[in-house]
Amino acid sequence: MLLPITEIVLIIVLILLAPFTIAGLSLINTGLGRSRSAAHSLLSSLCIFAVASGVYVICGFAWQGYIGAPAHTFVAAGRQWNWLGRGPFLLRGLEFNGTAISFAAWLQIFSVGLAALIPLGACLDRWRLSAACASTALLAGWTYPLFAHWVWGGGWLAQLGINASMGHGVIDAGGSGTIHAVGGLTALALAWILGPRSGKYSLEGMPTAIPGHNAVLVLFGCFLSLLGWLGLNSAGAILFTGAAPGRIALISINTTLSAAAAILAAVVITGVRFGRPDVSISANGWVGGLVASSASCAFINPAAAIVIGAVAGALVTYSVEWFELHLGIDDPGGAISVHALGGIWGLLAVAIFASFPVPLLIDIGAGGFKVASDTGQALAQIVAIATLIGFVLPLTYGLNFVLNRIWPQRVVMEGERQGLDLYELGGGAYPDFVTHSEEFGQFR
Amino acid sequence: MKLAGFLLLLAGWVIVVAAVILLVPVNARTIFVLAGVAVEIVGLTLVIRSNPLAVSEKE
Repeated sequence: MLLPITEIVLIIVLILLAPFTIAGLSLINTGLGRSRSAAHSLLSSLCIFAVASGVYVICGFAWQGYIGAPAHTFVAAGRQWNWLGRGPFLLRGLEFNGTAISFAAWLQIFSVGLAALIPLGACLDRWRLSAACASTALLAGWTYPLFAHWVWGGGWLAQLGINASMGHGVIDAGGSGTIHAVGGLTALALAWILGPRSGKYSLEGMPTAIPGHNAVLVLFGCFLSLLGWLGLNSAGAILFTGAAPGRIALISINTTLSAAAAILAAVVITGVRFGRPDVSISANGWVGGLVASSASCAFINPAAAIVIGAVAGALVTYSVEWFELHLGIDDPGGAISVHALGGIWGLLAVAIFASFPVPLLIDIGAGGFKVASDTGQALAQIVAIATLIGFVLPLTYGLNFVLNRIWPQRVVMEGERQGLDLYELGGGAYPDFVTHSEEFGQFR
Repeated sequence: MKLAGFLLLLAGWVIVVAAVILLVPVNARTIFVLAGVAVEIVGLTLVIRSNPLAVSEKE
């Protein structure tokens, strides 16, 4: 359907902000990694985005589709269930004349790039560039489009409101589940497959702190991320949940408040526990607040956004330590805590805090629409979370497990010791500075 | 143990999907969805505990 010209201009501006999420997350990941792999980290970010966008255009959007577009369906219990898009590859036949689907395709290129970038945060300092690109192709070409179709493309999760009287179906305006939980669970799978960085855990299994090398990059990345999230959340809410353009002010306020509450929670908690605020955990808290705000940003009041953000900040703060200390998972960038747990909390927050004063865009076919009630919304969100944990996690682990057998994902020990900059790229990010002090003897 | 955990994750998800598709009464559907989630949690626990660096393994 063609959008009004004012809405077209608005959506264009919002989507142009979305790449700042990728820039911000790239800086955060690089800053939280080691200096000997800094250039490799940023180059990997660019290559991951390049591969993700290319593969997504080739086949991803064809399988993701959009509300009302052709799709594969099956009939069960007397109802039709939509499970996969059936569009042409390479965006053939897509009319770039102001239709909602064309803007959705554009926004999704940035969304899938962001989702593909998330695992890099958990795999810093040991993930080969070529393997990262191969894994990204799997995520962007299959895993992400499949789940995104179910939530945003009119698939069975979105149909829960119509087919099973579960509220409005799964609501995920800015992608807490679709982008961040999918990316975060992929990060978890890869962290298991790659194993921890060498020297991270002692023989007794106790973790050693390997701090990030540049806090300025991390914190500046947080600012850029906010800019991008304002665009991503607003455009997603308009295109995928039918939120009115006038809600942009509410969406932006909620997104900002959630991030603010999250970082303040992280700062206070780490300040109380450790005597001083922790920079990396606080930065992760900020992003956790952004992630948690995404699903419900268009349908909550500002007070709820503050609560959601504060809970996200606390969740990230404690879970980072829990993953490292108790579960033995080395996650340098906090990707699993921020995006997987934050995304799942964001989906759950819809059930707790969201209210829907106007009917959402629910296509029941043949040009008809149904006014949905809020009853059953919580169950719909729980079904989405169950799908993420029970289907997406095994799927992404299985795909990357097989990939690892064909194309080893982890760099060899010598490469990790030298640093990925020198080993894979032949040059360091900071050639004027000594980054391997243990290799030098006494200076004359 | 990791494989068993992943199989339980999938089994739990299948229970959830079956409950959504096949059950009409709200109470029955809710109970079975939560049962499926519980099976998933058991599966996730098994997967996590199969990690040799997990605390329980260290102990």
